[in-house]
Amino acid sequence: MASKRMKKGVAKEAVTTVVVMRLYIAGRAPNSVKAIANLEAICRQHLKDAFKLEIVDVCEHPQRALDDGVLVTPSLAKLSPTPSANLIGNLSDTSSVLAALGVAQMAPAR
Amino acid sequence: MTVKSGAGQLLSKAATGIEGFDEISLGGLPRNRTTLVMGGPGTGKSVFALQTLVGAARRNKQSGIFVAFEENIASIVANAAAFDWGLPALARKRLFFMNAQLSPAFVATGDFDLGGMLAMLEAKQLEIGARWVVFDGIDVLLSLLRTPRAKMREIYRLRDWLTRRELTAIITTKIDGEVASNDAANYGFLQFMVDCVVRFDRRMEQGIPVRRLEISKYRGSAFAPGEFPLSFGLHGMAVASPGPTDVPQEASTDRVSTGFAGLDQMLNGGLFRGSSTLITGAPGTSKTTLAGLFAMRACERGERTLFVSFDEGGERVRRNLKSVGIHLDAHVKSGMLQMYSGRTDAVNPEEHLLRITAQMAEHRPRCVVIDPLSAVFRTGALSSARAIGNRLIYKLRDHHITAMITALVEGDDAQAEATELQISTIADNWIQLSYLVCGGERNRALTIVKSRGTRHSNQVRELILSDTGLALADVYSSGGEVLMGTLRWEKEAEERSRTLLRETESAHKRRELQFAEADTAARIAALQLDLERHRAALALYTRDDAARHVSSGERHTEVRRLRGANGEEPAGPGAKRRVARPAAHTRRNGNGEERARRGQ
Repeated sequence: MASKRMKKGVAKEAVTTVVVMRLYIAGRAPNSVKAIANLEAICRQHLKDAFKLEIVDVCEHPQRALDDGVLVTPSLAKLSPTPSANLIGNLSDTSSVLAALGVAQMAPAR
Repeated sequence: MTVKSGAGQLLSKAATGIEGFDEISLGGLPRNRTTLVMGGPGTGKSVFALQTLVGAARRNKQSGIFVAFEENIASIVANAAAFDWGLPALARKRLFFMNAQLSPAFVATGDFDLGGMLAMLEAKQLEIGARWVVFDGIDVLLSLLRTPRAKMREIYRLRDWLTRRELTAIITTKIDGEVASNDAANYGFLQFMVDCVVRFDRRMEQGIPVRRLEISKYRGSAFAPGEFPLSFGLHGMAVASPGPTDVPQEASTDRVSTGFAGLDQMLNGGLFRGSSTLITGAPGTSKTTLAGLFAMRACERGERTLFVSFDEGGERVRRNLKSVGIHLDAHVKSGMLQMYSGRTDAVNPEEHLLRITAQMAEHRPRCVVIDPLSAVFRTGALSSARAIGNRLIYKLRDHHITAMITALVEGDDAQAEATELQISTIADNWIQLSYLVCGGERNRALTIVKSRGTRHSNQVRELILSDTGLALADVYSSGGEVLMGTLRWEKEAEERSRTLLRETESAHKRRELQFAEADTAARIAALQLDLERHRAALALYTRDDAARHVSSGERHTEVRRLRGANGEEPAGPGAKRRVARPAAHTRRNGNGEERARRGQ
């Protein structure tokens, strides 16, 4: 698996904002693998292409993770739009992920 | 990767550098293994962990990583500024702090693990060459894991990682009074997993917080069992270790003055060096004065001295002692004397012991005064107070310090009270000061209750204080009653007048005898003269008699010659004259002899 993946999706429809996120994972640890799958599903279902996701493998870029203040893996940082949010865990609790990402409010606009 | 865990192989230990802890753990923490530090909030877990890292960094130039789950790094560094560790400089060079507080803003969205964090720490370890790691407040992290299963999994992960990385690790975890049952299982598991468990505890004992630690598990090693008190000083945490269990064999026969000639005399020359002397007495029996005198004389001899006073500042002690002619200011100025004053109302006895020990380590005294030790016992339980008294005396003895310790005893039965403290059994000498009330006044009395290995006076003495200092006076006992003060003075006056009378009488007698002697001598002289007169008379008689005998012989010869001469020489008037002459001649001769004797 690529340690760092960029997925850029540009909204073709009238989506007001692009959600910028960074996911920190630890190699192929079960929770990390689950987190990627969960996040991809959520994005596909709720964000369409209106998101930017960077995946950082802490095992390969520990200094970057240290600098970013990452503690546990997996963890997801929502960088924009404000308010920013930090999520930890494998993102299996979809409703709280959506709430933290502010997707629930965006849903009607879709 | 080498795993050093062969059977029978001695466990390697890494010293913590924490005073006392390395003694009770017989060398420190298990090297390359994990130690769990448990305790309630504010018991000193984090200080223990951080001080160990700091110690390793300072002494052995070993790097370490501190992962703080609970407390902010900035506040940890700020708190540590109270200690003389030089933490900011160390933090730049050898220590790495990882801020690992999971803020409440974190949204939990499911299971997570420590894989990422351990990967980061591994990178950091390689970067700085860390030998030590501390996970401070792992309970905070574990509480975020929802299932016991997950908690256990992460504990395993941590253990495996630590083993792989060959790090000497300290994990601290908070335990409150009541641990939730599912947590208890985890703590049990944590304890099982690690090689060494140290428990911290903070209790209130009669209104005074007392911190203690206990090693409850040490795989593959012996350790000192039981709880040991902690204190926090300039150098950080210190554990009150009991010290060596063997009593040192050496015993000095070198005598040290008590500073008080009268007392030295009572003790047959003074105290043995390295002995401890307990002075007990009611308030105002001048215990401090005796102790102060001891301190002053010790300083004058050039022996470094530590004066520990409780509930009274050094200034006040010196001022009060000045009034009885004991001057300590100059010795404080010259550095010979160190005064340390402690308040006893807010500090537990253990803490005092540790502080006194710290003072001793700093000043390196040969003589120590503690005035009064009983003040320390006011706080805390009696049993712990006793233990502290014992430990203090043992410590002094181990360092070969001559000590004078005062203890206040109140009440009628001072002896029983002092025994209750049980110092008296360990102290080498015990001097008791008391008030004796008789004849309407109170007077100070000094008794040596015991003095090991030395002949000592069994007499009660009266202790007299004046501007010039102390003096001891013999007391009179008359009719089974001890006389002191004015009664003693009266008795002394009486004694004086009696002595005077006796002296007068004897002088008179002497004169009489002298007269008799002179009289006899004079009579002897007179008799001598008489004797000589008689002798002279006798001699005179003897000589006259001889002369007469000679003259009669002569006369006979003369007569015969004259008869014969009738034929040879014509008889004439001359012959007649010759016959008459011998008598006259003899008389003259006798007179001449007498004259010569007189001239002698």
